[in-house]
Amino acid sequence: MQQMLTVSGVHTFYGNIEALRGVDLEVHAGEIVSLIGANGAGKSTLLMTICGDPGAARGQVVFDGTDITKARTHDIICSGIAQSPEGRRIFPRMTIMENLQMGATTADPKFFAEDLEKVFSLFPILEQRQGQRGGTLSGGEQQMLAIGRALMSRPRLLLLDEPSLGLAPMVVKQIFNVIKEINAEEKVTVFLVEQNAFHALRLAHRGYVMINGKITLTGTGQELLANPEVRAAYLEGGH
Amino acid sequence: MSTTGASMSDTAARPLDLPAVVKECGLTALVMFALAVGMVAFYTEDVPGGLEIATRFGAVVAVTLLGFFGRLAIVLLREGRPFPVLVVALPFTVLMLVALLSLNFFDAETAETLKNYLPVGDVVVNWIVVIMAGVFTLRAFWALRHTGASAKTVVDREKAMDNFAARVQRASRFIGPLLLGIAVVFPLLAFFPDSPFVPKVDRRLLDIAILVVTYVMLGWGLNIVVGLAGLLDLGYVAFYAVGAYSYALLATHYDLGFWVCLPFAGLMAATAGIILGFPVLRLRGDYLAIVTLGFGEMIRVILLNWYEFTNGPDGISGIPRPTFFGLPFSRSASDGGETFHGFFGLTYSPIDRIIFMYYVILALALITNLFTLRIRKLPIGRAWEALREDEIACRSLGMNPRNTKLTAFSIGAMFGGFAGSFFATRQGFISPESFTFVESAVILAVVVLGGFGSQIGVVLAAIILIGLPEFFRELQQYRMLAFGAAMVLIMIWRPSGLLAHREPTIRLWRERDGGPPEKTQAAEESA
Ligand SMILES: Nc1ncnc2c1ncn2[C@@H]1O[C@H](COP(=O)(O)OP(=O)(O)OP(=O)(O)O)[C@@H](O)[C@H]1O
Ligand SMILES: [Mg+2]
Repeated sequence: MQQMLTVSGVHTFYGNIEALRGVDLEVHAGEIVSLIGANGAGKSTLLMTICGDPGAARGQVVFDGTDITKARTHDIICSGIAQSPEGRRIFPRMTIMENLQMGATTADPKFFAEDLEKVFSLFPILEQRQGQRGGTLSGGEQQMLAIGRALMSRPRLLLLDEPSLGLAPMVVKQIFNVIKEINAEEKVTVFLVEQNAFHALRLAHRGYVMINGKITLTGTGQELLANPEVRAAYLEGGH
Repeated sequence: MSTTGASMSDTAARPLDLPAVVKECGLTALVMFALAVGMVAFYTEDVPGGLEIATRFGAVVAVTLLGFFGRLAIVLLREGRPFPVLVVALPFTVLMLVALLSLNFFDAETAETLKNYLPVGDVVVNWIVVIMAGVFTLRAFWALRHTGASAKTVVDREKAMDNFAARVQRASRFIGPLLLGIAVVFPLLAFFPDSPFVPKVDRRLLDIAILVVTYVMLGWGLNIVVGLAGLLDLGYVAFYAVGAYSYALLATHYDLGFWVCLPFAGLMAATAGIILGFPVLRLRGDYLAIVTLGFGEMIRVILLNWYEFTNGPDGISGIPRPTFFGLPFSRSASDGGETFHGFFGLTYSPIDRIIFMYYVILALALITNLFTLRIRKLPIGRAWEALREDEIACRSLGMNPRNTKLTAFSIGAMFGGFAGSFFATRQGFISPESFTFVESAVILAVVVLGGFGSQIGVVLAAIILIGLPEFFRELQQYRMLAFGAAMVLIMIWRPSGLLAHREPTIRLWRERDGGPPEKTQAAEESA
């Protein structure tokens, strides 16, 4: 299978704190890959390091055959990676429409109408509420907007940081279904960070487990779901 | 006293916690006392042969007592006992009003002695006291009439004000052109000085208008930086100065006219914006504010000390006035050429030039406004707003925050530069003294009080903060007091600015509906 993203031996520091201690992982084109791990394991840091901020102190990040370890954030985004950051971070005072327009910052304007339609068909609620301000949306709607906004840049690789954060089980299901749809229909590769290990692993083709800034386990989603260690640490307590 | 009040007004009123009330009022009185000792108690008096320190402890006592009773009134109103407030405040107001008004009927000498019996030594301060007492009376009266109806909460009030702001913004489609019409027509009234039908427009009013419009332009320019891009710039006056000096130096050294220099001045200011912005724009919030403040001062100090270039504290004089397509507004053209009134066969009138100046700054201001309105709808303008909302999100969307900020900073600077060259040509003389930090603060106040990002709000704030104080110059030292009071009141009632309300850049509902965005769907279905 074709490599889309390869992370090898990446170390990232916040001052003296070593948040990533040699991370190796790869994402193939067309896959959904989930990364699970406890709070503070370094999952968000990994996503941010892929986008170059904070940059990796050592190691290498290769996207589509290009070394992007030292590239600047906006160049990385322009090259086809989109990130929906932790906590959604939509623009609260701007309307849904304006938020989506912001998402298309790096995209060719001629695709705007087409992309908009795609996002609206994935999340019909966004179309109905397009004049509403982001800050007044419910948490689930905000999450849909965050994903929709990320999609507006026509990414080949979509990075999602905890899309289920703080959402009701029904909404979580809905969001995960859309992620599946994005992957299947739009052919977007998805790399997903989640606390909700059960859903994330069920959805994913493959998964990784991170502990203290290191990848400790990997396998297909099914394998990890069946793994006793994973069950003990991430599934049984919560379900 | 308080029991009758309770039974009269509000049966559900809690029993008064007397020690707590006394403590609260005493604390206020103490603060007032501490402030008054520092600011009121001593003053200098001109005596033959120098200054002498005089005291007015009576005023300190009066201020302290006013603090105590004012607070008491607030507490009683808050606790639902308006009756005693009314009983005290109403006679007090009436008495004071009668006393103050009657002063006018006596001859100067009697009035002077009578003034000694007023609670505070100064007539204007007495008026302030009366107004305060009057407000308490009205509030107490109001509370008595509306027992039971709970007061609006702060949130309710905020919401009501926000709705009002939104309505004003929506109405700005009408208010804007209306204001514009007034702004365009009113100086022409100066041509009918003796007509009984038109309001009197004289040179003084025009000068104030020019000043107000200058600040409106500065406010709109700074609004791009602060309101749209969210970069707190405390040194905006630096670009104003760069524009002014660019024009002044070019004009006096190379004999260039205003219109030729204007683009240059803007360009210089924009360049200064980029040079200053480049190192500092990586900072955020408070840190950016401090550094821009420093840069503003640096420019002033450079202007002050680079004597060979800027003529230091002596400033630059003899800056040429703008011409009307080459026609000067002077009585006679210096080089034997044509003058404005000569060319059009008018009689010479000095007010022509003032009116022309007014239109120049009005046009410059309108260009600033149109530019801002237009660019807000373009990707770059939206990017500025997004940057203000969430920088990290912007980075995750592939925006280059540094360049985006730099454009906002330098474009804002450019408009500051335009305004600066206008300032230079209007004054005919500039010196570093005109570009102090206070200037930056006033411009920022115009933007903040107007409500970040609101164009009409800036006009409103400029009229209130610049126009009214100029107009009431007679009140002299109380101008600043009024300025401060206005600021405090706005901070209490409207902490996010007079008209803080962001209009979406795209209208999704049809104009005819004029409804809020929530109606979108209905509008679409009916379409
Ligand atoms: N800006 C920062 N400065 C210093 N330390 C940081 C910073 N951001 C994260 N860290 C530290 O790096 C470590 C990894 O944080 P990270 O946010 O990547 O965790 P995470 O796996 O995403 O956790 P969660 O599931 O709670 O989101 C933590 O110990 C955290 O305290
Ligand atoms: Mg995280």
